[in-house]
Amino acid sequence: MPLLDVKDLSVTFARRGQRTVRAVDGVSFSVEAGQVVGLVGESGCGKSVTSLALMGLLPKKRGVTIGGSAMFADDTDLLKTDERSMRDIRGRDIAMIFQDPLSSLNPVVPIGVQVTEVLSRHRGMQGEAARKEATDLLDKVGIPDPARRLKEYPHQLSGGMRQRALIAMAVACKPRLLIADEPTTALDVTIQAQILELLRGLVRESGTALVMITHDLGVVAGMCDTVNVLYAGRVVESARRKPLFAEPRHPYTHGLLGSVPRLDSARGERLHAIRGSVRDVLPWPDGCAFAPRCDRRVDACVGEPPALVESIHRHAYRCVNPEPVTAEVSS
Amino acid sequence: MIRFIVRRLLQLIPTLFGLSILLFIWLRRLPGGPETAILGERGTPELRAQIRANLGLDEPLLVQYGRFMQRMLKLDLGTSISTKREVTTEFLERFPGTVELTITAMIIAIGVGIPLGYLAARRRGSFLDSASVGGSLIGICVPVFFLAYVLKAVFSEELHMFPSSGRQDPTLGATRITNFFVLDGLMTREWDAALDALWHLVLPGIALASIPLAIIVRITRASVLEVLSEDYVRTAQSKGLSERTVRGRHILRNAMLPIVTVIGLLTGGLLSGAVLTETVFAFSGIGAFLYEAIANRDYPVLMGFIMIIAVFYVLVNLLVDVSYSLIDPRVRVR
Repeated sequence: MPLLDVKDLSVTFARRGQRTVRAVDGVSFSVEAGQVVGLVGESGCGKSVTSLALMGLLPKKRGVTIGGSAMFADDTDLLKTDERSMRDIRGRDIAMIFQDPLSSLNPVVPIGVQVTEVLSRHRGMQGEAARKEATDLLDKVGIPDPARRLKEYPHQLSGGMRQRALIAMAVACKPRLLIADEPTTALDVTIQAQILELLRGLVRESGTALVMITHDLGVVAGMCDTVNVLYAGRVVESARRKPLFAEPRHPYTHGLLGSVPRLDSARGERLHAIRGSVRDVLPWPDGCAFAPRCDRRVDACVGEPPALVESIHRHAYRCVNPEPVTAEVSS
Repeated sequence: MIRFIVRRLLQLIPTLFGLSILLFIWLRRLPGGPETAILGERGTPELRAQIRANLGLDEPLLVQYGRFMQRMLKLDLGTSISTKREVTTEFLERFPGTVELTITAMIIAIGVGIPLGYLAARRRGSFLDSASVGGSLIGICVPVFFLAYVLKAVFSEELHMFPSSGRQDPTLGATRITNFFVLDGLMTREWDAALDALWHLVLPGIALASIPLAIIVRITRASVLEVLSEDYVRTAQSKGLSERTVRGRHILRNAMLPIVTVIGLLTGGLLSGAVLTETVFAFSGIGAFLYEAIANRDYPVLMGFIMIIAVFYVLVNLLVDVSYSLIDPRVRVR
């Protein structure tokens, strides 16, 4: 059984006087223990809303409806667990790393307190023991001179340092599942690589499963075991990493891969771009949400939402007119 | 930090100097003078001139100011024209009352305002939210003296729950040490006197708290709403922290900065006396006395009182600045 099994997750936001927005529409994916799973897509495709829904952190107010199920460790449906129990799960069993390390850290509380508060909440550690463990954690995530850093405030740390501190807080209780929401987006490219390396190491060492939310295919290629490509709140393609990169079947995935600049492309060759943007089609009509931007559109694309087609090796896609399999790979 | 405090205290000197010049000119520019207050309409020009000469008001302004400064440097504020008593004595007798009243009002305003503003923000759009926003609007609009009269009529004259006037029951014969009646009662262990003084503070305290309370509710609500949308609150929640930790350490601590500023300004304002409240409750503070001093053109009292109040205003604001840097490490005081 998978560690996390998300089935048919949907999130809608209704506001008076405005059309209801389906931010996530029937997303299903699963995460095996110790696995790295990527959720990939451009801004506004529902990646972050998915992660917040799993953490129980979406605002609980009228107009926000969450449907589907998300079984964690076989026995807990994260979407139906009450707030009190979720508070025990958050930080201990499932932890999250956020996008912008500066704004995600409390500016008026020392780093040390922000680390030790998780330790005292979930592991009952106090005083000297908590401080010692926090020092070890900062050391483990590669923060030099950790004892001194504990007393410092977020604004005294560099961007990479802050993200390391956030990671230290997330792994403090050795969670079984880590959700990283664009953990490298706000960082310099060189720092990005270091942070990814750190995450990779932590995951490998502790056996923590990782859900990697990103728009960066480079991150996916370097880290993920399986990949789910999201478009407008739906999973449009899901596959293991290699087949996905080798033979993307959904035109959107194909377009994404095609828009990555390559070192071996010819000089002066124009970068391929997918025309239009997601926002043009929100709320999307029935049928394939990508159809308005798709080069391979056929009449069947409009009307019914395309069903999930599964081909060999658990490679699944939602497309009635998929990219052809190149002979070379399929053989 | 110490250097910062010392420097701010040194800045008081030029501030007070400037204030004294402005005050001096402004007061002398007021139409009429003490002689009119003393003689009224009947005074002959000769009599007026004689009184002015007695008070030294016939000399050139610069000479008068020089004499004032000379006394000032010896910390002598002179004698009141109307009561013939030392200005310092008058002040020390009345200011404690104002301070007690200010502290009471601010305790009420802060104690009710911050929790109410916080809850209103957390339950945005709820009945509680609309009620506190609407209520605070009313709090700002209702004239303080009107509220004071209503409180007095209902809770003192009708229900006899609280005394209607004064700072303490004179028949108790309480010992005076500092003129802070509550403090005196505690120091001399005259518990009944302390309690009675406290009891006298309730109604005027509530009346005086109404506007600060309304302002604190609004500023707290706005500030908490802003903090609630911050990423670090989500981070705190994602760690599974208890509601109490999220509220205290992550929300309120960040929301405090604007609230502290406003509290400082409000406290400073209340310290300069609350004429209307003091009048309604026959509460002897500096407000009513200052008002009379203006009517009587009692120059020494006005100069002295306003200068001392200015010192306290600066001190309160210094306190605000210091607490700033305690709350937010990014505010570096140098």
